[in-house]
Amino acid sequence: MRKGWFGKLKGGLRKSRERLSSHLFPLLTHFPRLDEEFWEGLEEALIEADVGIRVTQELLDKLREGARAQEIRESAQLLPRLKEELVDILTTEKQSLFPEGKPGVFLVVGVNGTGKTTTIAKIAHRAKIEGKNVLLAAADTHRAAAIEQLEIWGKRMGVATIKHRRGSDPAAVVYDAIHSAQARDADVLLIDTAGRLHTCSHLMAELQKIKRVAMREAPEAEIKTLLVVDATTGQNGLSQARLFGEALEVDGVVLTKLDGTAKGGIVAAIQDELKIPVVLIGVGEKLADLQEFDARAFVEALLS
Amino acid sequence: MFDNLTARLQNVFTKLRSRGRLSERDVEEALREVRLALLEADVNFKVVKDFIAKVKERAVGEEVLKSLTPGQQVIKIVHDELTALMGSGQSKLAFASKPPTVIMLVGLQGSGKTTATAKLAHYFKNQGKRPFLVAADIYRPAAIEQLKVLGEEINMPVFSRAGESVLALAKEGIKEAISKNCDVVVVDTAGRLHVDEEMMNELEEVKREIRPHQVLLVVDAMTGQDAVNVAFVFKERVDFDGVILTKLDGDARGGAALSIKAVTGRPIKLVSLGEKLDDLQPFHPDRMSSRILGMGDVLTLVEKAEAAIEMEKAQALEEKIRKDSFDLEDFLEQLRQFKRVGPASQIMEMLPQIPGLPNVGKLQVNEEQLGCLEAIIQSMTPEERRDPTIINGSRRSRIARGSGTTSHKVNQLLKQFEQARKLMKQLGKLGRPKPGRRSFPFRVNPSLSKERDDTIRKFIRRG
Repeated sequence: MRKGWFGKLKGGLRKSRERLSSHLFPLLTHFPRLDEEFWEGLEEALIEADVGIRVTQELLDKLREGARAQEIRESAQLLPRLKEELVDILTTEKQSLFPEGKPGVFLVVGVNGTGKTTTIAKIAHRAKIEGKNVLLAAADTHRAAAIEQLEIWGKRMGVATIKHRRGSDPAAVVYDAIHSAQARDADVLLIDTAGRLHTCSHLMAELQKIKRVAMREAPEAEIKTLLVVDATTGQNGLSQARLFGEALEVDGVVLTKLDGTAKGGIVAAIQDELKIPVVLIGVGEKLADLQEFDARAFVEALLS
Repeated sequence: MFDNLTARLQNVFTKLRSRGRLSERDVEEALREVRLALLEADVNFKVVKDFIAKVKERAVGEEVLKSLTPGQQVIKIVHDELTALMGSGQSKLAFASKPPTVIMLVGLQGSGKTTATAKLAHYFKNQGKRPFLVAADIYRPAAIEQLKVLGEEINMPVFSRAGESVLALAKEGIKEAISKNCDVVVVDTAGRLHVDEEMMNELEEVKREIRPHQVLLVVDAMTGQDAVNVAFVFKERVDFDGVILTKLDGDARGGAALSIKAVTGRPIKLVSLGEKLDDLQPFHPDRMSSRILGMGDVLTLVEKAEAAIEMEKAQALEEKIRKDSFDLEDFLEQLRQFKRVGPASQIMEMLPQIPGLPNVGKLQVNEEQLGCLEAIIQSMTPEERRDPTIINGSRRSRIARGSGTTSHKVNQLLKQFEQARKLMKQLGKLGRPKPGRRSFPFRVNPSLSKERDDTIRKFIRRG
């Protein structure tokens, strides 16, 4: 049986993990009673997971109130409530991964170095396994060798990549890719875009143009915009989601690099404030290391 | 959001009466805000805790300087302590006494190693060195290709060979560099997770064998609380000498810089501030403190501005503002100078929040819009530029046609110009602010010359 990602985390990385951190359980043993030290420790555990100060304080307020109302005195009794609150924040209606229509289009965006290209390869791999006809669009025409990187992945999987030369207009690549996808009767088109900082307004405008072209050329297809967020990202992740969301209407977040020690708690802040759900998580470097997001398992790992 | 620590602290202290000394309550109340600001900036919570305790100890009972309010006094102490914690000055890269100096870059995936490798080489070239690049990331698809392309762009040799191990590649590369008479070798390595035993072993082996003079950890400025774990393990395994902090051109506060210094004792050596290859700069602890506290990075801005703005023109402009004879010609000149300083968004990021003035940091400036404004003014006659009040309906539509815009846009510009003029008039009346007042919560940096001090103020006043 294949281990779930949580099992994988717990098993494979135990050594480093033990050395490195984990606050919550020692917290419960050190502070069995709900005193100030306990609350402070809980606050630190959440902040250490990058959940952010605002969501953390809201959570603590709720828990304190709940504890008072129900006369909870033991910290162990509080843990299930904390988990429920977090799961609540992170749960949304389940949607199907692949967009409707033909071709269903994924527009994959994010800041530099979060793992967009790798994520695209993983989604393509998943689509291939499900028997879908997949096409890649190399619309990162900015970074050196980005086109080659996507192409190498494509070749490994036997998937074609639509590309222009480096420095060309990414919207033109998308135009060609959509027409090509239509001609080849592709089920899924994955568009790779250049990493860009969300504060760079002209680059955000470039993304808007890409999306506009895609919508115009494939009017009956659903276009799913995925924001790729690195799990090591701190509070800036919120700003990323906000600005990408304002520019593009992001449908979901892909949280990558969860195989390290970072907890990726910023997605709780993103979902709480911006209502953008996490849809996929990246848990390794292999093509199969992509999983659908499960709020409960995520919360378990977050608090472990 | 906690963008405006200065204003928030000011708020805390307007509630309190101004006293001669900081009481424990004053300090505690202020430090609550500081703590939030630091956590929001991703400084590790343990580091924050120690830091706050230290500042509290120092601040309680401290005499409030005459020129400062209690709030400003606390910020000054916080700022000084932060700066001290990050290192008291610039930390230079060390070079080998017998060339070539070998520098190895390590870090997590996506932190920006390959780009930093090329930038570093460019940086050395500008210092008159002869750098040589070794592409030893054999894992990520097309990583070697990426460095080769970047190397071509800056016209620098890149060594790579297919099918070799990382160690063999690095060794061969260094040999090649010696034979080519290059004096700095920069080795790019694959991104790896600090918990990946195999990959960390590989790095240890490479380090042991090639004995680099410097190992630099490349860290993304957007990194959160995990930065300490990453830095800690990398230090244990390969013991890096310093850090390159990347992607600082966004709106990340970069608290990771502080966490890493505090946990490993290793300094930040260089920061990367943009997409262009010449965007690598030495690290300044005091500027980073301001940034982490949300007070803007004025000094970098001033340096950029000084490089781009001709002093004589600036003085002439100030004269005009004082005499209220600022016209559209000057406006155009300003636009052009503004563009030369750097992308507008970057400039805005670097500005501090000025209490009592519209929130400049939040202004969205669009490069295209600037181009548009330029076109409109250029479509005006010199007469119109000097006295925009003569622009009537037919002149307006001529200008719109000439600039490829609309009458509406022309009107907008005229309105903006009128507002800018009013603002300048106001600012002109305020006279020269005393140090420690209005634009800065403290005297900018006593070691700076008065001349530069004045430039800073001038720049801020011009908005």
